[in-house]
Amino acid sequence: MDILETLKTILMDSGFAGFFMEGGWKNLVMIAISCVLLYLGIVKKFEPLLLVGIAFGCLLVNVSNFYVDGASSADALYHPELWDAFLDAESPYYHSYGNIMANGGFLDILYIGVKTGLYPSLIFMGIGAMTDFGPLLSNPKSLLLGAAAQMGVFLAFFGAILLGFTGTEAASIGIIGGADGPTAIFLTGKLAPHLLGPIAVAAYSYMALIPMIQPPLMRALTTEKERQIKMEQSRQVSKTEKILFPIIVALFVILLLPSTAPLVGCLMLGNLWKECGVTERLSDTVQNALMNIVTVFLGISVGATMVASNFLKLQTLFIVGLGLAAFAFSTVGGLLVGKLMCKLSGGKINPLIGSAGVSAVPMAARVSQIEGQKANPSNFLLMHAMGPNVAGVIGSAIAAGFLLAVFG
Amino acid sequence: MNDIILAAASESDKLSIGESGVTAIFGYLVVFSGLALLMALIYIVGAVFIAKDKKAKAAAEAAKAAEPAKAEAPKAAQAKLAPGSAGHIKLYDVPDKEAAMVMAIVADKMQKPLNELHFISIKEVK
Repeated sequence: MDILETLKTILMDSGFAGFFMEGGWKNLVMIAISCVLLYLGIVKKFEPLLLVGIAFGCLLVNVSNFYVDGASSADALYHPELWDAFLDAESPYYHSYGNIMANGGFLDILYIGVKTGLYPSLIFMGIGAMTDFGPLLSNPKSLLLGAAAQMGVFLAFFGAILLGFTGTEAASIGIIGGADGPTAIFLTGKLAPHLLGPIAVAAYSYMALIPMIQPPLMRALTTEKERQIKMEQSRQVSKTEKILFPIIVALFVILLLPSTAPLVGCLMLGNLWKECGVTERLSDTVQNALMNIVTVFLGISVGATMVASNFLKLQTLFIVGLGLAAFAFSTVGGLLVGKLMCKLSGGKINPLIGSAGVSAVPMAARVSQIEGQKANPSNFLLMHAMGPNVAGVIGSAIAAGFLLAVFG
Repeated sequence: MNDIILAAASESDKLSIGESGVTAIFGYLVVFSGLALLMALIYIVGAVFIAKDKKAKAAAEAAKAAEPAKAEAPKAAQAKLAPGSAGHIKLYDVPDKEAAMVMAIVADKMQKPLNELHFISIKEVK
């Protein structure tokens, strides 16, 4: 055995040598980015359950894969070229999961759950099982606030087109304004999978930053008097109404927009398990065990898409900027309709609950509560804000369904 | 290959500013009208349940008015205190007022008179 030759082979095959190949520096940059994301997740607690997984997936894929001349390293965990062939209508491997299973790495196989929309739908099932739609049922007008707060989705879509993105890319960027991570991942996985990394990171980062993004807009768009408004207690909702609600929503929304079926169907099934009172074991499983398992797979496989060649582009910066604009405009949309409802109701509705329409349950509702209490310490807006908040989940799913129907 | 696919996709997927504006406005309207219709549906279902509740309440009140004598008896029974003592409770780092509040909440949640419950200790978990 030639020891020197063996050592040379080991060194040349190592990732360290990869850094000196053409474009290898990009992997170093991505490793630095993943460390920043890990810092944000662990130290700053920015949506840690997902961001830590995404950041570590990004770290793994950029340590193991040096993508040279369109081909991945031999031991790569994720192979972008396999997914390119999967999406290329002229390739013999077009839509072939068999090719992915046979030739893919560990993260390629996990990524199938993102590509098929499985993970986001299962996460929605857990969200449904954790959500109490009672506040929405006791005040159905909340649905209008949830709709209004989708304004950012469509303005960011329009902005993305102005910046030169294609329709499918713009739709995926716009949905960041829905402030709903699983919906953003679901739509982007279907329409623009090459943008999944930056869109997921932007969506989850801004969701964590809601307590910083929303309050200045809330104070700018409402008067002190409006913020002080105390809302009356809503009516008590019966158990039967709560059981009927998921069935009615699933029937109505899926008939209206069949493309929403995976998200709305799973959301409502999870909620039915919670409310019907005879499936406590299932409700408990989807809320806890299943949710945790899917979060593990989702985080790491979304992180895997953050390969240097896809991520280090000017368009990533555009996505980050458009995502922030989408969040801000969604907040503004909710607040403006909140103000309108305040006027029409003769000052009975506090417009601050409008900003909670941006989904992001329950963070956005908490922000409404905090701002309301700052203006009037005896103000309790949390339950009133939960109505628009859960309406926002349905609203963002409908917005995603519309964009999927148009561009899918 | 990635670039080829992206370029091909972008060519077939290019939207003019006018088209994208119309798509955005139409999309917002679809979301709004979808949720507005859902709101109407929920109002209808809610109205049915509210009417049902009112009917049940009215029937209960009518039954109460028809049998005033019978209604007196359970009232008297209700007022009667349960026998026995609540005993002594040990408080660890909990002020009396807060302990009383916790006991009242527990009794309310369990739908039991406070004097039928026996609290052994209350400890603040830090």
